[in-house]
Amino acid sequence: MRVGSLIRVLLVALLLAAAATAVAIFIPWLPDQASKEGGRIDFVFWFVTAVCIGIFSVVASLSVYSLIKFRAKPDDDSDGPPVHGHTGIEITWTVIPLVLVLAMIVVSSVALARNDRDPAGSMRVEVLGQQFAWVVAYPPEGAREDMDGFVCFTRGSGQVDAKCKRSPNLLLPLDRPARLHLTARDVIHSFFVPEFRQKQDAVPGLTTEITVTPTKLGNFPFICTELCGLGHALMRTRAIVLTESAFETWRASR
Amino acid sequence: MRTSTWRRLLLGPGWVRAAWMTALFFGIGFGLVVGIRALAGWDPVIFWEPIIVVAALTAAPIGFLAGLGAFDYWLAWAFGQPTKPEDHSGHGARRWTDYFRINTDHKVIGIQYVTTTIIFFLAGGMLAMLVRAELAQPEADYVDPQTYNELFSVHASLMIFLFVIPAFAGLANYVLPLMIGAPDMAFPRLNALSYWLLPIAGIMMLSSFFFPGFGAGWTNYTPLSVEQPFGNVFFSMAVQWAGASSIMTALNFLVTIITMRAPGMTFWRMPLLVWANFTTSLLVVLATPFIAGSQFFVMFDRVMHTNFFQVAEGGYPLGYQHIFWFYSHPAVYIMILPGFGIISEVISTFSRKPIFGYRLMALSLVAILILGFSVWAHHMFVSGMANWLRVPMMITTLLIAVPTGIKVFSWLATTWEGRIHVTTPMLWAMGFVTMFVIGGLSGIFLGAVPIDIHVSDTYFIVAHIHYVLLGGSLFTIFAGIYYWFPKMTGRMYDERLGKLHFWVTFIAFNITFFPMHIIGVQGAPRRYADLGEEYADWNLVISIASFFLGASFIVFVYNMVVSWARGPRTTANPWGARTLEWQVSSPPPIFNFDDIPQVVGNPYEYGVPGARHAVMNGDRVAEAEQVKAE
Repeated sequence: MRVGSLIRVLLVALLLAAAATAVAIFIPWLPDQASKEGGRIDFVFWFVTAVCIGIFSVVASLSVYSLIKFRAKPDDDSDGPPVHGHTGIEITWTVIPLVLVLAMIVVSSVALARNDRDPAGSMRVEVLGQQFAWVVAYPPEGAREDMDGFVCFTRGSGQVDAKCKRSPNLLLPLDRPARLHLTARDVIHSFFVPEFRQKQDAVPGLTTEITVTPTKLGNFPFICTELCGLGHALMRTRAIVLTESAFETWRASR
Repeated sequence: MRTSTWRRLLLGPGWVRAAWMTALFFGIGFGLVVGIRALAGWDPVIFWEPIIVVAALTAAPIGFLAGLGAFDYWLAWAFGQPTKPEDHSGHGARRWTDYFRINTDHKVIGIQYVTTTIIFFLAGGMLAMLVRAELAQPEADYVDPQTYNELFSVHASLMIFLFVIPAFAGLANYVLPLMIGAPDMAFPRLNALSYWLLPIAGIMMLSSFFFPGFGAGWTNYTPLSVEQPFGNVFFSMAVQWAGASSIMTALNFLVTIITMRAPGMTFWRMPLLVWANFTTSLLVVLATPFIAGSQFFVMFDRVMHTNFFQVAEGGYPLGYQHIFWFYSHPAVYIMILPGFGIISEVISTFSRKPIFGYRLMALSLVAILILGFSVWAHHMFVSGMANWLRVPMMITTLLIAVPTGIKVFSWLATTWEGRIHVTTPMLWAMGFVTMFVIGGLSGIFLGAVPIDIHVSDTYFIVAHIHYVLLGGSLFTIFAGIYYWFPKMTGRMYDERLGKLHFWVTFIAFNITFFPMHIIGVQGAPRRYADLGEEYADWNLVISIASFFLGASFIVFVYNMVVSWARGPRTTANPWGARTLEWQVSSPPPIFNFDDIPQVVGNPYEYGVPGARHAVMNGDRVAEAEQVKAE
């Protein structure tokens, strides 16, 4: 009886797992992947998804099976078996989740540490958020930053220093890591390019940094994801990935 | 009428006195601000911002409470007038008007809480319907961006501060003293006061629309909140009133649970709902002052020109986020642990089996309580806080999955080989278990920092919080309302309508919120008044489903109102449950127990031959008569 029940639950669980896997595979979840950092994030995403499909199928199959199989007859007033617990089972369902959680922590930490690095030879780009537009500025090579940590921006103003190349879009060369230095002029904004998977708040009075290494040529949405007031939904522009030579040509242009 | 009648009407506690005292206290506040400004020579003398904060949002509510009679006993005592500690004149409800005055009966207060919070739930739901109407089609259709921001901000604030948190406080208010065999709460007058703070907070939240407007999101992040229109202070002050109510109730629960358990009711014999409210109350008492502080600082920055968060004057915007989340993360456990308690009661009763692993169930609540204070910065993974803080916060966040998993598996094991009666409360309970697991699993995605960087502030977050707060907390609240409805009213609700309500809500809920995971991972940002053509198809589906979801609550309200008025009379214990609240009549007598019960065993001993949770007075009389007969 018990073994039979367990086998049937297992079958329901496999069925649900197959359904959940289909949902995971056939729905276009993640947008195109256009950065090296995005690749690492996607790996963590699918790793966690696999673990979660497993847990979901166990829980859902047990609830569905119990509700159908152990339903009392309408005139049945009897009680179930007085089972108060089982130390072995309780230890099992404490230890297995613990191990899974630790695995997810390790995978996440490794991906995070790699994405956080500022690789040697990275290109410095400065990004300023203000209501309701982005300002992107490219300092000349080797320029020194001021006390606030910026070459192109003076804190509290939307001005861009004359020695910097200024743009309303984020233009990046292919395959070269870019280190973005972000700040905001008025309220908190947030840098987000879904195809890069990278997101970072731009905070007034702070410098926040993030690395993006584009791996795909193209033109992607670059939006604000921290509520910044009336025009929040309009604070969108483009992130454009060019070949190295096209980028240099653009940069040299006036 | 005679002069003495007039005198009593005008000067005695009640709505007439509340009306003129509200006006009087508003006048005092007005005079205070104008007087200080005139003396200091500030221009203009009549400046409405500080006047509204002091007179309308602080002084007038105190006048209202005093007029209603919330402080009468304490003031009389303080001024040395004769008081009777055992004065029960304000206790219990004989007429319907007794629900509209200061009442010290925890059962009346419980019903006041639940009905008030349901009204705010419906109001908050209407705001959500407006949000979905706007999002159904691309481009601005019905409301401008500022109004849109106000709609979702007030929606969230009402649902959190005036529905989920106080609805749990209300249900526990009703059943907790009964469950531990106490005649009432430890501080009945404080209990009455904490209820009456709620309507004040709710009306304040809603009236923010008239001063436009509170549109910074319920998180109210600075510096945006300081530069918002004046309605923002209505949120800052409403949170103070709702928060004060929470803290008072939590203190009351703690003292009640610690000091008023019936003889024999050791901690290990307490029903899990009592355990859940014990841990929740600890969270409330420790955490709520932080949100009070954060909102005071925001308001001071705006009204008194302090510089807690003003960058130009050396303030620190991330400081706000740390203080805010130091409350608001524990707050999500405040919004779910009492639900865990309700589900334990319901699942055990309708499976006719003892709770599987009772002690581990109680201990996992304590583990969540402790871990819950060490995870707040997982809301700030992309905020620009110190980078190193992210991994430790991820570790504690994901570790909470372990005690939460223990609870889910133990509920499932409780149903295993039971005799399951699929009643309405049981449907909500099992619906809760599956929906909450989905919400918990999306929480693991959010806890893993790299994934959070991608999905933070997208619709994935919106999906997650609705799976844990709607599929989670709301489902448990419905399970609780249906479960204790016969106890509270003495009548039975309509089972078919209850099930209809469940299925419509369950299906519409999933069609509304599951697709939000998809568009969120695709990159759709939250809090956008217009999401553009890219997500138009999904948005239309979501909006249509959300209207069905909204409509499902009409079934609920109809069922409750009609059944309360005309439903069939029920017995003391229609579910055959073992806990103490079912051992007294429905509704219970005015002081709950004619004689305090003697607790002799565990609360969930289904199927154990001869096991009893408690010996009631009636049992003892019967036994004595039996002995005499022998």
